[in-house]
Amino acid sequence: MVLLTRKIEFSASHFYHNPNLSAEENRRIFGKCNNPHGHGHNYTLEVTVAGEPDPVTGMVLDLKELKEILESEVMKRMDHRHLNYEVPELAGQIPTCENIARVIWQLLEPRITQGKLHRVRLYESPDLFADCYRNGASGAGN
Amino acid sequence: MNGDALRVELGRRYRFVASHRLHSQRLTEEENYRVFGKCNNPYGHGHNYVLEVSLSGRIDPATGMIANLADLDAFVERHVLEEFDHRSLNEDVAAFRHKVPTTENLCIEIFHRLKHFPHAQLELVRIQETGNNSFEYAGNTEGDRL
Repeated sequence: MVLLTRKIEFSASHFYHNPNLSAEENRRIFGKCNNPHGHGHNYTLEVTVAGEPDPVTGMVLDLKELKEILESEVMKRMDHRHLNYEVPELAGQIPTCENIARVIWQLLEPRITQGKLHRVRLYESPDLFADCYRNGASGAGN
Repeated sequence: MNGDALRVELGRRYRFVASHRLHSQRLTEEENYRVFGKCNNPYGHGHNYVLEVSLSGRIDPATGMIANLADLDAFVERHVLEEFDHRSLNEDVAAFRHKVPTTENLCIEIFHRLKHFPHAQLELVRIQETGNNSFEYAGNTEGDRL
């Protein structure tokens, strides 16, 4: 099995607020991320696909195809958008790195027909990221 | 799609600077020099370490988080950074009085310190010693996993 990874970057704004909690609780739990005017990040997304290289092309999947999938599923939905208001897949969820990574997995997995989606890693900053795997697939801890 | 079939891990990076000297009390002076080379310099040397931790757990629907970063940062600060940052690993960290402070051993030591984080399951400790060297420990030695 070979793993192939493609990286893209997008910029988006968000804030953390749970309407079921009081204003005080929101401030205590989310701190400055609770600012109702929002803030933004340059997100870096690494998408890893696992598979065997095709004997004719030598490719696990065509990178051009992966690039188009990432463009239509992620860039068009999230780049230069407000994640709380403009991404229906995140509606009702706090747009944390964990939740965004999971949503991106759910958007990409059915679109990847050559090879299998292995890992989605989303960096909110160089020091904070979330990894999403299908349960049972080998991750950092397996 | 069933979201529960997916596993999400939270990754966080921390930085600390420390000095060390690679020297084994079980080896002679000559053997130490042969094995560790310039890392055996008796005055020690230092690195800008990058510590990466990965944790797994349920995403709390109320917060969208596996663990609150403020809790994780405070735990890592208290259990690792306070004792390691701007220190000599050989002189200032009791675990390395009789153990060579290689980054392999540093990964294991830090894993043991962080595995009791109460809000999520520690999966992996990865330490970058320089831009070219990194080490990982996932607690796969008997007794390390909770």
